[in-house]
Amino acid sequence: MLEEIGTTDEGNMIINIGPQHPATHGVLHLVMTLNGETIIKTEPHLGYIHRSIEKMCESLSYRQFIYVTSRMDYLSSHINNHGCALCVEKGLQIEVPERAQVIRVILDELTRIASHELWWGAMAMDLGAFTPFFHAFRERETITSIMEETCGARLTMNYIVPGGIMMDIHPDFQKRVKEFILLFKSKFDEYNQLVTGNIIFQNRMKGVGILSREDAISFGCTGPTGRGSGLECDIRKLYPYEAYKKVEFEEVLETAGDSFSRYMVRVNEMLQSIRIIEQLIDNIPEGEFLAKTKAVLKLPKGEFYQRVETARGEFGVYIVSEGGTTPYRIKFRSPGFSNLSALSHMVKGGKLGDLVATMGTLDLVIPDIDR
Amino acid sequence: MNNEELKIKITESFPRAIFEEGGEWVNIFIDASEWKSVATTLRYEPGLVFDFLFCVTCIDWKTDFTMVYHLTSTIHRHTIVVKARLDHVLPEIETVSDLWRTADFHEREQYDLFGVIFLHHPDLRRLLLTDDFVGYPLRKDFEDPVNMIRL
Repeated sequence: MLEEIGTTDEGNMIINIGPQHPATHGVLHLVMTLNGETIIKTEPHLGYIHRSIEKMCESLSYRQFIYVTSRMDYLSSHINNHGCALCVEKGLQIEVPERAQVIRVILDELTRIASHELWWGAMAMDLGAFTPFFHAFRERETITSIMEETCGARLTMNYIVPGGIMMDIHPDFQKRVKEFILLFKSKFDEYNQLVTGNIIFQNRMKGVGILSREDAISFGCTGPTGRGSGLECDIRKLYPYEAYKKVEFEEVLETAGDSFSRYMVRVNEMLQSIRIIEQLIDNIPEGEFLAKTKAVLKLPKGEFYQRVETARGEFGVYIVSEGGTTPYRIKFRSPGFSNLSALSHMVKGGKLGDLVATMGTLDLVIPDIDR
Repeated sequence: MNNEELKIKITESFPRAIFEEGGEWVNIFIDASEWKSVATTLRYEPGLVFDFLFCVTCIDWKTDFTMVYHLTSTIHRHTIVVKARLDHVLPEIETVSDLWRTADFHEREQYDLFGVIFLHHPDLRRLLLTDDFVGYPLRKDFEDPVNMIRL
């Protein structure tokens, strides 16, 4: 039957997945060539929400452009802001107060947990289970409430400014975060019982969407996607910035390179993030939270590159300055863009049903890819 | 390899490369026609092995374009920035998508937004914009009367 509808000369079928499809978590469009259930070719079509953020930033000042970056990877908006602020600070050689450094990193890790929670729920939903989504959002809600209290926003935080943070933390911040740590630890086993140990999930994820270490390097994969293939690519370990220099944590590595490895990396990374927060939450130094900077920031002529580890991988900010108040050219190296380039290779030769399991563990956030 | 050792090694391999001072990494300027051979050496030469391409950027200087490639080595953990100047009227450079497979996407993006032609690229089409889009939006002389991209 299948060969009769919309076929190519070789008898293959071409179908479109997306741009409006629940499994793509956004407007990603895949044109797939299939032979029965087997995937012959996958071609991603991007740009449905391309806003040309890089061009917009060319007309925004160094204080303003940070807010636009929250709209790229909206699940790691705080970490995007962090990378941009670090890049501007590098250019201006601003010394950030220690208090701000520690608060930034605590919020980074909370963002990472929130992002992984959402991914975990959505991933399970992709594979047909609805309940985990509510379990994940129960804990994620606690984090967003903490964020709302301190940053004033739940998703696009815009809390980081060049030189430090916009305002001091809420008086209840430490108490609320400690409560969250206790809550998360008590619920974490539930995640493993519900999904990780479930034989149906394991069968759907093991041996699916295999990405070897060599391919991960060649495709520029970073974050949990790269680490699932055994590639040491954690920017927090390789090129530590701010408070990451003094905390202890492990880089979670898996070697199989399949969907289950990427799943395990993310799940275990949440625990490592909790470990980082535990080390810092009682040690927030007293003092200033914002360095004194000029009202109008002017970066010296030159080029500045800063990379940070977002929930999806290596996020790079590349500023080319001509000495003015706005960047001459700005480039965002978004992790999702490089990770997506590996998708066609990963699903080739697999079954159509496995596409969702592979795409889910890549944790694609489409605004991050399209920019 | 630290930056000083890397500089010596690069000078041996590419005598014509021009170093650019400043920045945290080694910056070299090469001739666009040499890029393919330089890239192959950087990728495979033992001691260099720049196997990880993490950023491809094009900069419009109004009179010419500069392609910027950020490369790092997952074995030796050193980083290099390679730049090549392209003509403004006919910007052409060889593709490196056979050396680093992620370059396929990155080059298509730069073609889309700047109109840089990557010679021998397997599938050079627009990536983010629609196929019938006219112009290259990240060029400095691009003006779009309908969609505001200047804030």
